Amino acid sequence: MLKDITLGQYFPGNTLAHRLDPRTKLMMVVLYIVALFCAKGFLSYGLMALFLLLCVRISKVGFRALVRGMKPLILILIFTAVLNMFYTPGRAIASFWVFTLTVEGVWAAVFMVIRIALLIMGTFLMTYTTSPIALTDAIENLLGPLKRLRVPVHELAMMMSIALRFIPTLIEEADKIMSAQKARGADFETGNLLRRAKAMAPVLVPLFISAFRRADELATAMECRCYHGGEGRTKLHVLRYQKRDLFCLVTMALVMIGAVILGSLGY
Amino acid sequence: MEMLKTERLSFAYPEREGEGQLVLKEIGLTVERGSIVAILGHNGSGKSTLAKQFNAVLLPSGGKVWVDGFDTADEAAQLEVRRRVGMVFQNPDNQIVANVVEEDVAFAPENLGVPTEEIRTRVDDALAAVGMANFARYAPHLLSGGQKQRIAIAGVIAMEPECIVLDEATAMLDPQGRRDVLETVRRLNRERGVTIVMITHHMDEAECADRLIVMNQGEVYLDGAPREIFQRVDELRAIGLSAPETVKLLDSLRKEGLDVPLSAISVEECAGAICAALKAEEKNAPKGNETEWNQF
Ligand SMILES: Nc1ncnc2c1ncn2[C@@H]1O[C@H](COP(=O)(O)OP(=O)(O)O)[C@@H](O)[C@H]1O
Ligand SMILES: [Mg+2]
Repeated sequence: MLKDITLGQYFPGNTLAHRLDPRTKLMMVVLYIVALFCAKGFLSYGLMALFLLLCVRISKVGFRALVRGMKPLILILIFTAVLNMFYTPGRAIASFWVFTLTVEGVWAAVFMVIRIALLIMGTFLMTYTTSPIALTDAIENLLGPLKRLRVPVHELAMMMSIALRFIPTLIEEADKIMSAQKARGADFETGNLLRRAKAMAPVLVPLFISAFRRADELATAMECRCYHGGEGRTKLHVLRYQKRDLFCLVTMALVMIGAVILGSLGY
Repeated sequence: MEMLKTERLSFAYPEREGEGQLVLKEIGLTVERGSIVAILGHNGSGKSTLAKQFNAVLLPSGGKVWVDGFDTADEAAQLEVRRRVGMVFQNPDNQIVANVVEEDVAFAPENLGVPTEEIRTRVDDALAAVGMANFARYAPHLLSGGQKQRIAIAGVIAMEPECIVLDEATAMLDPQGRRDVLETVRRLNRERGVTIVMITHHMDEAECADRLIVMNQGEVYLDGAPREIFQRVDELRAIGLSAPETVKLLDSLRKEGLDVPLSAISVEECAGAICAALKAEEKNAPKGNETEWNQF
């Protein structure tokens, strides 16, 4: 059950999408998101969807994996859609009690769902094609200038990569604890939300205690391996931009400009 | 110069200082370069605490610790101390930092500011040394316990330490994993002259050391060659440790009156010693006794 979590999962491969510099991919995602928020009508959304489709094709990541990744977010999607449907002023189609369904609302809901879906899929495509280590490297590198403002960039990146490292370990452990509790008659699958949340307490408490112990041991192990902060650190993999990075970034920028122009024209 | 040296080393955990309880009491030890030293003792006897003194993770409350001539209390020498003494702990999951094997092995050299090309050669070399070269791009959580522990050792080797301290590094492993790890460690000692300090619960691991130190309540209780120490069955029993099964068998036979030496540790040696003793007995015994033996 916990194994279904795909957030931040990486599918190794050797396509252009995999070989791009992680910084490029990160910047592309940022541009893509900006473009999505400037899109308005069918044409601009169509352009964004088409571009994403192209990227998915290049990356050879199964479309199914992308859709599967969206599963946990379906509730949010439905919620946003419903809110948009009923709270956008305009021509009413139907109304009951305080709710009024409007034509504008339906369109807004449709576009909002498309926007969020594209946004999620775009981001997931990046995490699917980029190893978490490369991603944290990229974030550390891109945010590097903030070090001058005393933002603890290295520390944040290290925290992130350690968190990513321990997700599978902790999931495995949670699964083990849950099995142990199930064997003693605990029930995680039936009952209302409150009951199920209550049933999780005997899982979370040992999980937290063990996580703290792990953190303590890991800190010692890191010290033993001469970790003393980001100062004077070198890297096994040094990030270097290639020609293809420039090419992809320019393509993305052009698509973004296209979407912004189309959007501002109302298409 | 000795690899490790302690002089009247005492230690109490600061958060428990109020109780005035010393975890280590006046320990004086020297560990020679290139040797394999095993440390034995039951839980809470201070083995892990002592191990952490060896690379300045903990500093003495009293006395001194020198690593390759560097005083561990000297803050300026801390990195020099840590790069010389690598540590491998019990739980492999809690000492692997990165989620790709080669990145994890690269962690120590990265911290030391080793140039990128050299990190590459060190990582490849370290992975080859533990027989895990084919797993460089794996995610650690997909490996078995023994494999993870070998990755942890590779991570230490990449630091190019002169000494490796293993704190019950085989305790969580299955027999195969244990054998792999021990074989790896012994090879490092043989081929690269790395000094090994091995904290263990297993008698058979202690057996192959050059020297065995038994700790009890923060003190060095026995110190000598494993063969010699295992013969002191009663002294070991007094602090709740037991000698290897073979030695215990020989000891029982001795108490029954059979003249066997206690120095036979491996099963083969033990069998040989018993056979030899029985044959000698047969020769010396008067004829009548023989039938008595046959009745058994
Ligand atoms: N972090 C700590 N804080 C306080 N006391 C500790 C800590 N770690 C160990 N101790 C105490 O120090 C003693 C020796 O522990 P340790 O060195 O872990 O023994 P061993 O490794 O031989 O089992 C024990 O009594 C233990 O309770
Ligand atoms: Mg211990």
